[in-house]
Amino acid sequence: MNRRDFNKAAAVVGAASAFSPLNVLAQGARLKVGVLLPRSGVQALIGQSCQKGADIAPAVLKQIFGVDIELMNADTESNVDTARTRAERLIQEGANVLVGAFDSGHTSAIAQVAEQRGVPFVINIAAAPPITEQGYKFVFRNFPTAIDLTRNGLSLMGEIFRTTSVAPRSCVFMHVNDTFGQAMSKAIPPTLARLTELPFKILDTISYDPAAKDLTVEVSKAKAANADFLMLVCRLNDAIILRREMAKQRWNPMGIISPGSPGLYEEQYNKALGPLAEYAICNTVWYNPKSEMTKIVGAQFKKQFPKDELTFHGTNVGYTFDAVMIAADAFRRSKSADPKVLAEAIRATDIPVARRMSLGGPIKFNAKGQVEGNLSAAIQNQKGLPRVTLPAQFAESKVIFPSPDYKKS
Amino acid sequence: MPLDLVVNVTIAGVLTGLVYGLMALGLSVIFGVVRVVNFAHGEMMTIAMYAAVILFGAFKVDPFLAVLPVAAVFFALGYALQAGLINPFITRPEHSQFILLVAVATIMVNGLLIGFGPDARNLQVPYQLESWEFGKILLDKARIYAAAAALATSAALFLFFKYSLTGKAIRACADNNLGALVVGLNVKHLYALTFGLGSACVAVAGCMMILLVDVTPNLGPAYTLLAFVIVIVGGLGSMPGALLGGVLIGVSEALAGLYITPSAKSMMSFGLLILVLLFRPQGLLGRKA
Repeated sequence: MNRRDFNKAAAVVGAASAFSPLNVLAQGARLKVGVLLPRSGVQALIGQSCQKGADIAPAVLKQIFGVDIELMNADTESNVDTARTRAERLIQEGANVLVGAFDSGHTSAIAQVAEQRGVPFVINIAAAPPITEQGYKFVFRNFPTAIDLTRNGLSLMGEIFRTTSVAPRSCVFMHVNDTFGQAMSKAIPPTLARLTELPFKILDTISYDPAAKDLTVEVSKAKAANADFLMLVCRLNDAIILRREMAKQRWNPMGIISPGSPGLYEEQYNKALGPLAEYAICNTVWYNPKSEMTKIVGAQFKKQFPKDELTFHGTNVGYTFDAVMIAADAFRRSKSADPKVLAEAIRATDIPVARRMSLGGPIKFNAKGQVEGNLSAAIQNQKGLPRVTLPAQFAESKVIFPSPDYKKS
Repeated sequence: MPLDLVVNVTIAGVLTGLVYGLMALGLSVIFGVVRVVNFAHGEMMTIAMYAAVILFGAFKVDPFLAVLPVAAVFFALGYALQAGLINPFITRPEHSQFILLVAVATIMVNGLLIGFGPDARNLQVPYQLESWEFGKILLDKARIYAAAAALATSAALFLFFKYSLTGKAIRACADNNLGALVVGLNVKHLYALTFGLGSACVAVAGCMMILLVDVTPNLGPAYTLLAFVIVIVGGLGSMPGALLGGVLIGVSEALAGLYITPSAKSMMSFGLLILVLLFRPQGLLGRKA
């Protein structure tokens, strides 16, 4: 090699190292996280609630991991097609990783885009089982599937009945007719059949449009089933409409119990309905009020959103924060923002229980990109606040069932 | 299927259908006279719903009292919209009118999004969750009041067109535009008056509808479509047709939800629409062109 060749080689190596991800990170590069959530449309309130979890993440993760995160927020407008095009655009604009998207339908669409484009996608909330059954290499979910969610939710239902010594014999099952609602409705009957300790039968199953403006017919049908309690898989707006319609039709079953869906514990549900919101129970994924991470996140939440209470946003904030944290942790370990390197690093995630905000075991992805062992809690609205009532080790108050206004038909 | 369930659901369908009918009545009146299809109709009703929410939130004005100021403002706005914007388009091709009103609708939706955000809003009047009980039959108070107001407004509009001089002049414009011009009627003023009346109708419907459903900025297009379905079923330009169409759609949606599945409600309305288009294209009470 002569002097001229040596100089050329040195220039190439220099240029390559200057632009390599490792160097970029060393010079204080940031991870660009594309956050896709339904911040408008029928799911706007929950999407905005999840967004708070993403918004507090950069400050907290800078503090604990020392990494810089740039959020690239996109509104899916509660629409599957918009979710797909927004994901495409975020990738074009340079997102290194995607996070979202609350709704199973939107999430499925984004997962396809992420897989095609080779960009890792960390799901915050979405339960439809097929999302992690497609053999995707770039899709990761730290949220229970509808099957796990249902199993946890129904087991807690049994615990509620044992704790209160009440044995309802029947229920009417109402669910939103979207990807999530259908996944739950498919998962419930077989799970219920396996859980022999649950004493009730489903008398009728009623599905309804998630964008329904009026649920008169649905509630009339449900009331006519003459069931002991209402098992409900809902979203937020429909849950409010449905509860009002129940009051209009003077239908007071033993209670409303969700085996794992949003809606009933949200701030807007409590605010809009006042006393009517009381005693609704939702057996769903929740945050661990005693975890160290919850305290750190809670402090940042209070700083950024002084008018809001974390308890109303716990699940949405917790799981969205955890999703951004998974991406940040992979970025920290791999020292690269390259999507393929990031995807491999995410696959090797091992975040201990103490580091996570949501209830569950350590965050580890299985071969399908699914975290197993996320837990649910029985949340009941009491005095305008969602309170953990079961499992006993996390309980903030005792579960009340049946509702005091229960009228036997 | 228990009889009381069928009766309860049918009554709810009739009552909701009457409010739908009032909303569609505005569209039908405007088309019947001005021959312009108001593609911003649902959006206008959404604005009226927001107006009722604001008046209730700020001054605790019951939506039934809010009807008067909201309808008056809508009449004025409707008049101005027709006189200032739509009249120049009367003689232009239909696609120009279509694009104009779609643009107006889009501006309205986006204005509402900017002003109120995407969240659903509602109001809580004391009788909102109350109902009368007759044995196993439940009558939702808010729905009964809203349906009664819809009937009263429709009757007032019918009487206005039938007996007042202005109403007769408007009908003359609708029947024979050239003849109206020849006898010296101020057709453009009458058109604007008609658009104002149609807007006032939709304002009343909006004030009633807020008692039944929550409002979001994106509610408009669905109601525009619903109003079209109703007036096509009832007969474009026919006032009784709009009410009949509203009731038919309300009842068919309710019974489809009951007997088939609640998710099939819209399917039934569009099924009815196709049947009417196939077998009676002018609508149930419409006149042949």
